[in-house]
Amino acid sequence: MSRHDVITLLYIVAFSLFIAGLHMLRGPRTAVRGNQVAAVGMAIAVVATLIDQRIGDWGLIAIGLVVGTAVGVPSARSVRMTAMPQMVALFNGVGGGAVALISVVEYREALENGGVNPDLDVLIPTLLAAIIGSISFWGSIIAFLKLQETIKGAFRIPRQVNAGLAAFAVAIAFVVAAGTESEALFWLMLVVAGVLGLCAVLPIGGADMPVVISSLNAFTGLSAAAAGLALDNTALIVAGMLVGASGSILTKQMAEAMNRSIGNVFFSGLGAGGPAAAAVEGGTVRSTSAADVAIQLSYARLVVVVPGYGMAVAQAQRAVADLAAELERRGVEVLYGIHPVAGRMPGHMNVLLAEADVPYDQLKEMDDINGEFARTDVALVIGANDVTNPAARTITDSPIYGMPILDVDKAGSIIVLKRSMSSGFAGIDNPLFYDPKTALLFGDAKASVGEILSELHNV
Amino acid sequence: MDLLTNLAILVLAAFVGFEVISKVPNTLHTPLMSGTNAIHGIVVLGGLLVIGPADGFLEDVLLVIAIAFGTINVVGGFLVTDRMLGMFKSKPAEPPKEEEPQA
Repeated sequence: MSRHDVITLLYIVAFSLFIAGLHMLRGPRTAVRGNQVAAVGMAIAVVATLIDQRIGDWGLIAIGLVVGTAVGVPSARSVRMTAMPQMVALFNGVGGGAVALISVVEYREALENGGVNPDLDVLIPTLLAAIIGSISFWGSIIAFLKLQETIKGAFRIPRQVNAGLAAFAVAIAFVVAAGTESEALFWLMLVVAGVLGLCAVLPIGGADMPVVISSLNAFTGLSAAAAGLALDNTALIVAGMLVGASGSILTKQMAEAMNRSIGNVFFSGLGAGGPAAAAVEGGTVRSTSAADVAIQLSYARLVVVVPGYGMAVAQAQRAVADLAAELERRGVEVLYGIHPVAGRMPGHMNVLLAEADVPYDQLKEMDDINGEFARTDVALVIGANDVTNPAARTITDSPIYGMPILDVDKAGSIIVLKRSMSSGFAGIDNPLFYDPKTALLFGDAKASVGEILSELHNV
Repeated sequence: MDLLTNLAILVLAAFVGFEVISKVPNTLHTPLMSGTNAIHGIVVLGGLLVIGPADGFLEDVLLVIAIAFGTINVVGGFLVTDRMLGMFKSKPAEPPKEEEPQA
C-alpha cells in the first residue's frame, strides 16, 4: 500500500467521523459525544495530511499551528455565552480568510507550472474558492463588528450595488480563467469579492443576524469544498460540502421562521414604521410595578416566559432562571416559549438559558408552545418584541405580516419587561403593548427580574 | 483523481449534508452551527499541503497566516461547541423528553 493510499484511507475514516458526529449533534443526549467524534475526525485528517510527501517547511507549519492554537484556545475558553454570536462569526471569518489566502498561493503556483495554458480543472475551483472565501471573510468581520456593536446604526446599500459587485467579480474570474495571466487581476477579484461581503452584510442588523451568521457559515464551507477540488483533496471536498449543505438548510429554516426568503434578507432592509405604526396610534399602555408582577405570578398556575434579545443584552438569563425556580418551588408551572429567530444567532436563547441551568425540556419551540398560551395565566415577555407582534397575523400591510409569531396575546394576561417604549428592530409598533390584558414593567431586564424575585419572597 | 470523480463526491456529500441536518431541534441550532463551523476549519489541510511547494517570502507569509487562521477555526470551533453543549442538561429528577402537554 502506497503512502497515498494510507492517506486516502485515513481521510475516509475522518469524513465518516464528521458525518457520524454531525448525526449525533441532532440529539441533546448524544451531542457532546458527537462534537468529540468530529474533533477526532479532524485530528486524523490533519495527521494524515502531515504524512503526505509534499509536506515541507516544517518550521513554518509549526509556527502556523502554534499561533493558531495559542489564539484559538484562550478565546474559546474565555468567551462569555452572551458574546457567542460574535465568536462564531469570527471563527467563520478566519476559515474563509484561510481559503482566500490559500487560493492566492494556488494561483501563483498555477501560473508558474501551467505557463500559457493553466489547467482549468485547478483554475476554476481556485477562482471560486477565492471569491467565496473573500466574501465570507469580510462579511464575517462586519457581522462580528455589528454584533460587538462597534458598528452601529442603519446602512442602506441599494441592491444594484451588490449585484454589480457580484457581476464584476465573476467577470474578472472569467477573464482570468480565459487565460489572462495576471496576478494583479486575481488580487482585484479578491478585493471586489471582499467589498461585496462588506456591502452585503453592512445593511443587515438585529433580527436578521441568525440568517446572516448561518449563511456565512455555509459560504465558508462551500469555499473549502472548492479549495478541495482545486487541491484534489477528498477530505476538504467532503467536509466543506457537508458544512455548505447543512449551513444552507439551517439558513433556509431561519429565513422561513421569519416568513422571508434568503434573498429578501440580504437585499432589502425592513421598511421602517409605515402603516403598521399608525394602526395602533392613540392607544395607551399600562405600566405596572415589580410587586404587582410578583403577586400575579405567584397566583398563576402556568407561566410562559418569552425571552428575546433584550434578555441577552441585559444578561438576565440567570436571574430569569432563579425567578422560574422560585415560582416552581411555589407550585407554579414554568415553560419557555422560544421563537426560532429570537436573539442574534440560531438557537441563541437556548444556549443562554442552558448556561443558566434551565433544563432543556422546559424550552418549548414555537409550534409546541403556541397551543399552550390559551391555558397560560401569565405570559412574561422579557426583551422580546417583533416575535410577539400580533400585527404579523392581522395587519396585512405590516412589514412583518405573515411571519409566524408566538401567540402571546392569547394568554390570560401578559407582562412585558422592556427598557423603553422604543419599537423593535423592525421599527414597527407592537399592538400587543396596547392590549388591555398587557402590563409593562419598564427598566433593565436583569434589574426588573431581580426586583420581581425579591418581591416574590414577600408574597 | 479527475475533476468529475471529485464532483461526484461533492454532490454526494451535499446530499449527506442536507439529510443529516434536517429536523434538528431549535435547542441545538447554535451548537450545530458552531460544530459545522469547526468542521470547515478543515481548510487548514490546504495550507499544510501548499506550503511545501510554495516558494518566496510572500507565499510563506500568506500560508502561515492561512494555517494559523485554519487552526483557530478548528480548535476554537470545537472547544466553544463543547463548552456550549456541556450546558445542556435535563433535570435529573424528571423523566427525560417529556413532550406531551399535561393539560
